[in-house]
Amino acid sequence: MSGASTWSFREEDAAKIGTLLNRLLREANARTALLVDRNGQMLSTAGEEPRFDPVAFATLTAADFSANDQLARMLGENEFAALFHQGEKDSLYLADVARRVILVVLFDNRTTLGLVKLRVRNVQEELSAIFIAMFAREAPGERRVETGFVGEAEDEIDKLFGS
Amino acid sequence: MSLINYASREINCKLVYYGPGLGGKTTNLEYIYEKVAPASKGKMISLATETERTLFFDFLPVDLGTIRGFKTRFHLYTVPGQVYYNASRKLILKGVDGVVFVADSQMERMEANVESMQNLYDNMTQHGLDLTRLPFIIQYNKRDLPNAAPLPQLQESLNPGWQVEDPVRMRPQADPNRQGEMLIQEVDGMWVERVPYFEAVALRGDGVFDTLRAISKLVLKTLG
Repeated sequence: MSGASTWSFREEDAAKIGTLLNRLLREANARTALLVDRNGQMLSTAGEEPRFDPVAFATLTAADFSANDQLARMLGENEFAALFHQGEKDSLYLADVARRVILVVLFDNRTTLGLVKLRVRNVQEELSAIFIAMFAREAPGERRVETGFVGEAEDEIDKLFGS
Repeated sequence: MSLINYASREINCKLVYYGPGLGGKTTNLEYIYEKVAPASKGKMISLATETERTLFFDFLPVDLGTIRGFKTRFHLYTVPGQVYYNASRKLILKGVDGVVFVADSQMERMEANVESMQNLYDNMTQHGLDLTRLPFIIQYNKRDLPNAAPLPQLQESLNPGWQVEDPVRMRPQADPNRQGEMLIQEVDGMWVERVPYFEAVALRGDGVFDTLRAISKLVLKTLG
């Protein structure tokens, strides 16, 4: 058992993931692809700039996926590996990546659910491989922020929350 | 688990306010939302019932600004307090970086406090997390009420301390927030550690920012 660990998302990860997400959007004819970690943090977006608050969106996506995970278990399923939310104009397709991340695809009536599902399945494995490698490289106890960060952050906390 | 996103130059940390139902967790967040400068806060989300009891969680992102090139943000969550919402509570604890336990000081809520604290330990264990190794703070709320239990009684029930096992930590540590009190001390030949605590009246904001400031700093230290 341990305390919380930290993991990092590097620029080279973002570049590889960006290429994959853009390919997915092109092939699926979808508008925006987002990667959200299961703790509710936005990792990456591609395609059209979202018109919503991305921080709130990531939190709700993670909660949505987690709640459905529990529902799946009540049915005796390991998980619902994907979810679909249908709107009048815009719809969302959510799929699991490596059990730690959620791929969200926002699409409209220029494409179909079937095509989105198919294209997501094509990139899911490649995305999983990237994330599995990313989680594996994290060594516990490694310093992750430069010296001076904590001191400066503490000053900001005092300013923002009063000292 | 703090996430350092080198690509978008962001650091996000997750803080969870835990505790028994109607203890003041949501009130803490509402006060923070009201007082933090507009530029530093995001949208507050409350997944609540029609009677405004928290159903799933409340969420408030607070930005510290850009520090050494990283946009640094705290994600503040509350959990639903009622006993029967445990599934939701457990989900929210996932990936937590720091916990604030908001205790209800009222004498008649003592049992609910103890039950909630036990539930917190159990849920953390199920996530493979050890509460004694994570930033953790207790806030004794509703100190203004006439039926509030005396502090020593609350401390004895909710913050009795645990045995220090790491030899490096076996040295006296004063509580920086309370003069004359110790966080780590030797008692009858055994080293015991208690978590920092604050008194609060969340409705009028007393102690709310003291608590937030202390837990934020503890979490940041884990990054350095």
